Amino acid sequence: MTDLAPLSVAVPLLAAALLAFLHHLLPRRVFDLLAITAAAAAAALTLVLLAHVANGLSVYWFGGWHPRHGLAIGIDFAVEPIGAGLAAFVAILMVLALVYSYRVEDVQAPHYHVLMLTFMAGMVGFCLSGDLFNMFVFFELMSVSAVALVAYKVHEQAALEGGLNFAVINTIGAFLFLLGIGLIYAHTGALNLAQIGRVLANSPNDRVTVVAFTLLVAAFLVKAAVVPFHFWLDDAYAVALAPVCLLLAGAMSEMGLYGLARIWYGVFAPAFGGQEGVIRAVLVGGGLITAVWGAAMSLSEDHLKRMLAFLTISFVGIFLIGVGLLTADGLAGTAVYVLADGFAKASLFGCVGIVQHRLGQVGQRRLHGKARHLRATGALFLFGGLLAASLPPFGPFLGKSMIEDAAVKVGYGFAAPLIVLASALAGAAVLRAGARIFLGWGDVEEDRESSSSDEETESETTGSRDRTPAVMFVPTLLLVLAAAGIGVWFGFADLAGTAAHRFVDGVGYRAAVFGAPPPLATAHSSSPEWYDWLYSGGATVLALIVAAAGLWGRRIKAHAALAGAATIMRPLKALHTGRIGDYTAALALGVVVLGALFTITLR
Amino acid sequence: MSVYPYIVVAWLLGVGLYGVISSRNYIHLIMCLTVMQASTYVLLLAIGYRTGAKAPIFADIPEHSRVVDPIVQALTLTDVVVEATVVALLLALAVQAHKRYGTTDPDAMVRMRE
Repeated sequence: MTDLAPLSVAVPLLAAALLAFLHHLLPRRVFDLLAITAAAAAAALTLVLLAHVANGLSVYWFGGWHPRHGLAIGIDFAVEPIGAGLAAFVAILMVLALVYSYRVEDVQAPHYHVLMLTFMAGMVGFCLSGDLFNMFVFFELMSVSAVALVAYKVHEQAALEGGLNFAVINTIGAFLFLLGIGLIYAHTGALNLAQIGRVLANSPNDRVTVVAFTLLVAAFLVKAAVVPFHFWLDDAYAVALAPVCLLLAGAMSEMGLYGLARIWYGVFAPAFGGQEGVIRAVLVGGGLITAVWGAAMSLSEDHLKRMLAFLTISFVGIFLIGVGLLTADGLAGTAVYVLADGFAKASLFGCVGIVQHRLGQVGQRRLHGKARHLRATGALFLFGGLLAASLPPFGPFLGKSMIEDAAVKVGYGFAAPLIVLASALAGAAVLRAGARIFLGWGDVEEDRESSSSDEETESETTGSRDRTPAVMFVPTLLLVLAAAGIGVWFGFADLAGTAAHRFVDGVGYRAAVFGAPPPLATAHSSSPEWYDWLYSGGATVLALIVAAAGLWGRRIKAHAALAGAATIMRPLKALHTGRIGDYTAALALGVVVLGALFTITLR
Repeated sequence: MSVYPYIVVAWLLGVGLYGVISSRNYIHLIMCLTVMQASTYVLLLAIGYRTGAKAPIFADIPEHSRVVDPIVQALTLTDVVVEATVVALLLALAVQAHKRYGTTDPDAMVRMRE
């Protein structure tokens, strides 16, 4: 059964190679079908894998290089429920995105499908890998494919810029990753996560370990786009094709956080276990800033895709809070939230893609009232907004309450109101946009500072514009249903809880990699407390109020409030310059701050 | 083990970073990125280096000879391949920028959009 793990990476890679090879011979529709089949096969493989490891951890050693004499030299896939679940989530999103791509215009024949498949292979491999250097290679495979997909519409200036910003910042992130790997290898002589963890557990810490830890954390935070490493994200996501955004927003940002959790529990927890408090404070603090920053920016953004990109940043902040609490409960909450919210964000991008297909524009003010006839899409979009604002009892509500409960348990109760604020603002941004576009509500503002030419996005799809194609609508509908459905069944929380408790058991993980039977999973069950319903209900109501204020602020004489909000936002917006140099400087500053905090406090 | 290789690592990383931050030309910027990348090569090779050791090819040396660490060399090689892909992709984008907008200046690209 464990042989399925390498297959779930090999199948998409082989399919990609085959498609690249056959591109002269096959018509486009055959390409679509082959790519969808490959993605579906990977989805099936990862789902079988998930069912297989539901109660344990299974390890596959490439080339049969099993550990000998307690020394792991070989390269392994260490599959446990959280990683396998994330891999399955990626593959399912990819199937839907490829179906959705049926109408995407071909710029150059086979590249799109090939890149999508290598992108997926990178993400799936990253989720399953139990080897630090292989994580790096899959990380790069995923980044390079993603860059090429973001810059796919090379005839658009914004796409070129977005791709370049994305590539440069993520490449610097990759250097940090590699430097971290080098240092940790120098210190422990190992690349296998379990082996490194064992050595660290039995040796005193020194500065090298702290520096390596800082570099690795920074690399993952760049990928996850946490403030101040986040500037590349909105430039990149704003210009990508809608089906690519499905994957980017739904899954790629979360990969960084998965990597962070993986190296913490697998490798560093024994070394820094005593100083958990410091690391928790740093990570949760970064998460809170990111959550509020992203939400505020999304509320002040006119360009629909850019708005959703900031929404993604905001939710990554909340996920980081869950992971950064460094408890199994927080991780379980994040796991549920990542799935539910990933589906919700993907569905919102799906709706935007439909709007772009039908109306050829993505600026909110220009689209004002123009999409009244797209009733079904509008309903999905507005419902997606309510999901983002964590309307009980659906998926995002469940995940968010689990994170809040976990925060309260470790004495971080103050985080809960800030999470509520962030999700309310983010939800309000979507609801306001939906009300403007699909209902024509609100005041028609003159287009004063609707900034850029990147609003004049060219169409990216072919075919008749008079109807919404089923290939675009049905995947979007399925995504919304998935996001909502996860919460309707609270049993999902228990599954995630059990998986998370297994994930945080670093000792059990390391023992299992070295051949011991995986420890028995203890069942965990949790359900939202009464105050969670209050918090999430409050977030939904607050989102509706803020959205209404944004729509009719002028009419109800709330000029002062609107002006105040604009004043707060101006310096934040000014920081998003679009210049690679500025973003790199912010990244360097972030690494220095992170390094200083860890060097002073960890030992 | 000498400290000098690590000074070189820090220097390459620093000057490369300065170049990326201050660059006014995409090609120059990408080359600065490769300078930063060179620091990773030096670090990896320095980690595996043993004074007076031989290359880890056991065909013509005794089995228990002192050799340098082959793993970091393999890592470096992989790194070269991976980053060559990235640089090729970046240069392709820079070429597109020049072809379509007649500039390789990031600032000019930003101004053009406004």
